[in-house]
Amino acid sequence: MDTLTNVISTAIDAGAVIVFAGMGELLLERTGVLNLGLEGIIAIGAASAVLAAQWASSPFIALGVAILVGAGMGVVFMLTTVVFRANQVLSGLALFLVGTGLAAHLGGPVTGNPSPLTFESVPIPGLAEIPYLGPALFDHDVLVYFGYFIMPFIVWFLLNRTRHGINLRAIGEDPSAADATGVSVMGIRSFYAILGGALAGIGGATLSLAFTPGWTPNVVAGRGWIALAVVIFAMWRPGRLVVGAVLFGALISVSFIAQDRGWNIPGQVLNMLPYLITLALIVVAVLRNLGKRATVAPAALAVPFFREER
Amino acid sequence: MSESADRQPPFVLVEGLTKTFDQLVALDHVNLDLKEGEIHALLGENGAGKTTLSNILAGIYRADSGDVMIGGELVHFRSPADAIAGGVGMVHQHFQLVPSMTVAENLMMGWEQSPRVFSMSDLKERSAAIIEEYDLPVDPGARIFDLSVGKQQRVEIVRTLARGAQLLILDEPTAVLTPEETEELFEVLRRLAAGGRTVIFISHKLNEVLSIADRITILRSGKHMATIPGANATVDRLAQLMTGSETPIEAVSQTGPAKAGEAVLTVRDLHALSSRGLPALRGVDLTVRSGEIVGIAGVSGNGQTELAEIIVGIRAGTSGQVLVTTEGTTQPPTPGQIGIGHIPEDRMEHALVGVASTTRNAVTRRYRTAELSTKTRLRWGPIREYAQEVIKDGRVQVREVDAPVAQLSGGNQQRLVATREAKVADEFLLAVHPTFGLDVQATAEVRQTLQDKRNAGAGVLLISEDLDEVLAMSDRLVVMYGGEVLGGFTRGEFDRDRIGLLMGGHREAAGE
Ligand SMILES: Nc1ncnc2c1ncn2[C@@H]1O[C@H](COP(=O)(O)OP(=O)(O)OP(=O)(O)O)[C@@H](O)[C@H]1O
Ligand SMILES: [Mg+2]
Repeated sequence: MDTLTNVISTAIDAGAVIVFAGMGELLLERTGVLNLGLEGIIAIGAASAVLAAQWASSPFIALGVAILVGAGMGVVFMLTTVVFRANQVLSGLALFLVGTGLAAHLGGPVTGNPSPLTFESVPIPGLAEIPYLGPALFDHDVLVYFGYFIMPFIVWFLLNRTRHGINLRAIGEDPSAADATGVSVMGIRSFYAILGGALAGIGGATLSLAFTPGWTPNVVAGRGWIALAVVIFAMWRPGRLVVGAVLFGALISVSFIAQDRGWNIPGQVLNMLPYLITLALIVVAVLRNLGKRATVAPAALAVPFFREER
Repeated sequence: MSESADRQPPFVLVEGLTKTFDQLVALDHVNLDLKEGEIHALLGENGAGKTTLSNILAGIYRADSGDVMIGGELVHFRSPADAIAGGVGMVHQHFQLVPSMTVAENLMMGWEQSPRVFSMSDLKERSAAIIEEYDLPVDPGARIFDLSVGKQQRVEIVRTLARGAQLLILDEPTAVLTPEETEELFEVLRRLAAGGRTVIFISHKLNEVLSIADRITILRSGKHMATIPGANATVDRLAQLMTGSETPIEAVSQTGPAKAGEAVLTVRDLHALSSRGLPALRGVDLTVRSGEIVGIAGVSGNGQTELAEIIVGIRAGTSGQVLVTTEGTTQPPTPGQIGIGHIPEDRMEHALVGVASTTRNAVTRRYRTAELSTKTRLRWGPIREYAQEVIKDGRVQVREVDAPVAQLSGGNQQRLVATREAKVADEFLLAVHPTFGLDVQATAEVRQTLQDKRNAGAGVLLISEDLDEVLAMSDRLVVMYGGEVLGGFTRGEFDRDRIGLLMGGHREAAGE
């Protein structure tokens, strides 16, 4: 039973990066823009957070730096894809390469050192004492609380209970219809490109300031790509995204615990697990929608919008 | 329109409006005045500039030069939002609705006056109130893709009105409507005009224009030809102003009895599901023989789309049999099969690649043949020649054959598709709404093409919502209702009333 508590607790911590980066991506994709560069933005967010932690007085300042840097990457992506309407797939891949490379370069001087500032666990009084459940769910850092317990509700509310949410979804389904009724396609897409960058930046910070404090070039280890997959698995719904994030966090945490306890499974297999399952789940998600022509994906995903055209 | 309205200053005044696309002059110093409370029809051949003019008024395109005054003030709309704020709303040829979202959401989308934050019931109530106000009943909770085209159009109109449109522009609104829906729309337009709103109405159907328009403006090749009161207009005069030629357009008629031969299409007990997984076809039986035109009448959404797609091999049924005969072999259809032509319901979806050039689009059915390509290369010389042939035969007005086909006017796109498909249909032609969006002249030409195909021995299956078209063209006629084929009439014994009843689902009218 202790092991299970442990697995869940670690799963939640490990999944935080996916919750943040995935939520930003989910919103952006709902507006019809696909950013494949998450991995790169997370990396640069993680590196800049550790660098900031060298001089900052509080982990929140380091987090702020990661947010700004992530948002900056979002601005770059916005300029190329929303303003200049370049191919979103290629722009995203470029962002991934640039971000990953830049992060390795910037983080060079602090590679391998533990981060001087970290986000520590803050047990929630009362709830954290519940046997088993308490330590699993209510003994985490503030980023986790916000990402899992607050953000999904905000996003759900935004999407389903606000005028802005209607406009946002309309853009992702049919930008020219949205445009014709007076929705600012460029404005909203730009905003979410930047917000998506900022949230991926936070995702990076959860890695380097909380989950595995410190910077190493492989700290991100494909979680940006997994976040992209989880968005599909979640069928673009915030609640399901959280479930997906915990699920993948669990796979990561199982491999941690297995190594820790010396279970007799080759490490490579364990490390492979999250990616294999991602592949499997995507196939399942796609198969389930096969045959239905009306899919759940935003209809205009990855299609640039030009007004003076039919 | 009353006498007093005649003396009012114009509500909308357009002066010297010019718009060019590259070198093409789409509008050439166009003048137009609209009075408050009038229904003003815009007429013109395909490519005359009707949609372009409307798009400028609605803030979608910007004019190169010229003035637009509304209510005595000069306006410069930079976006549709601007135009809406300025009291101009447009219902497009392609509806600007998000199909997967609800009526209520579509009404509230992009509107400052919709609540910033709401509950589900709140949203529905507000929408219901708006719908009530304009008396255009439609369920606010329904998703757009569950609604008939007529209902979808209502949503568009309600949305435009709710945003305070004083000028309502409707671009070919009746092209997609059944006769009853058209009548309902006209009631609505008359009511709106009586309430002081101004309406621009675009249509290729001259009798519609004559029945509803207070005044009619005719455009030809981007130029303003005339504005005449509806009461003084006649079909001949309008046609003459549109085309510039004196000769009246002759109606296409049957050229002799059918010399029907062997079956080219056989459909047996066909069942199929719609894209949304609901039963769409429930045991359809149908035969088309060479040398005859078989018409399928019926309100759209009764399985025609699914049937058509299965016949040309781009959709699968759940059970039953479909066989086509080409070059002496009888087999299930394969997409793009030689000898079979397909004029689809939605040209942009199933016939044209919008971003590809007109030349490329003109040869998509033929480029694999030996004349147009070797195993590894395209023969650009012959390809251009063949494309020119299609363009010439279909009288497709195109300035630059290498520019994207999406830039052609709606009617010219349709001409291109119809001609291209007819040219390859040596054995069988499936024509779904083949004259959709075509002007009077082009409609006559496409109908003639179908007749020619039949006379040359091809089998033609004509699916159309336009009952007049089906009655005029068919050797045999059936009705589709609820995924079934009802009745069976041969030329000479077409009974309009019984066909009408069958279209409404009154099976007993099938008789014997
Ligand atoms: N975005 C565009 N780019 C280039 N050319 C265009 C564009 N829009 C329209 N045109 C051209 O302008 C001319 C007028 O087109 P328009 O769509 O206004 O015609 P229309 O009168 O509405 O015709 P139809 O009855 O066929 O709908 C056409 O020759 C068309 O090819
Ligand atoms: Mg048009």
